[in-house]
Amino acid sequence: MAVTVSIPTILRTHTAGEKSVEAAGATLAEVIEDLDANHGGIKARLVKDGALHRFVNIYVNDEDVRFSGGLDAKIADGDNVTILPAVAGGRR
Amino acid sequence: MLVIRRELVEAMVAHARRDHPDEACGVIAGPADLGRPERLVPMLNAARSPTFYEFDSADLLALYREMDARDEVPVVIYHSHTATEAYPSRTDVSYAGEPDAHYVLISTRDPERHEFRSYRIVDGAVTEEPVQVVESYMFSHTGVDDVPDAR
Ligand SMILES: [Zn+2]
Repeated sequence: MAVTVSIPTILRTHTAGEKSVEAAGATLAEVIEDLDANHGGIKARLVKDGALHRFVNIYVNDEDVRFSGGLDAKIADGDNVTILPAVAGGRR
Repeated sequence: MLVIRRELVEAMVAHARRDHPDEACGVIAGPADLGRPERLVPMLNAARSPTFYEFDSADLLALYREMDARDEVPVVIYHSHTATEAYPSRTDVSYAGEPDAHYVLISTRDPERHEFRSYRIVDGAVTEEPVQVVESYMFSHTGVDDVPDAR
């Protein structure tokens, strides 16, 4: 399953500045493994203790994967995966 | 240094006052090549909280798609503190994911006088920067990074 992954500014140090890269996998977890194989270090920015990091939002097409299985979210050929930094904060 | 038009500052402060005591949040998008704030986009605080703010995840995706289509970047990312000073909290810093953005904090804890401050937040390091409020970008002379229309 070949997909296009949009990379946010903060992670482009891992992709030599590329805004979007190709990756493959049948689930989001597999896509992230494949990304990490070609763009070392990126997985650690996305996954923590076996779950998606709370500082990033990942979408498959228009769907936030938090609502569609997280790392187990199914990926189809031609899907667009978008990674964005969450915009949030708190008083403490 | 953040160089910003007065009307944009006033609009952010008005947004913060309107949502008080909840935290208000939003961005000011601008052309990717100029890096100056142009288009104010007030966002909903999905947390609707006096102690936390968060862009709704669908709104966030829509915002970035729109900015991409217009060749814009988030030049300013702003939010308010409604009971504390206008300084980024530990949580604010841990979430800060746009190394090129100006992080603007507005405090509305004093009903009469607001605080308005700007920071760069890169790799967990907070650096406050001066803010220059201008009537128009055409006539501001502000150093290499911020000289408008002079590339
Ligand atoms: Zn804050």
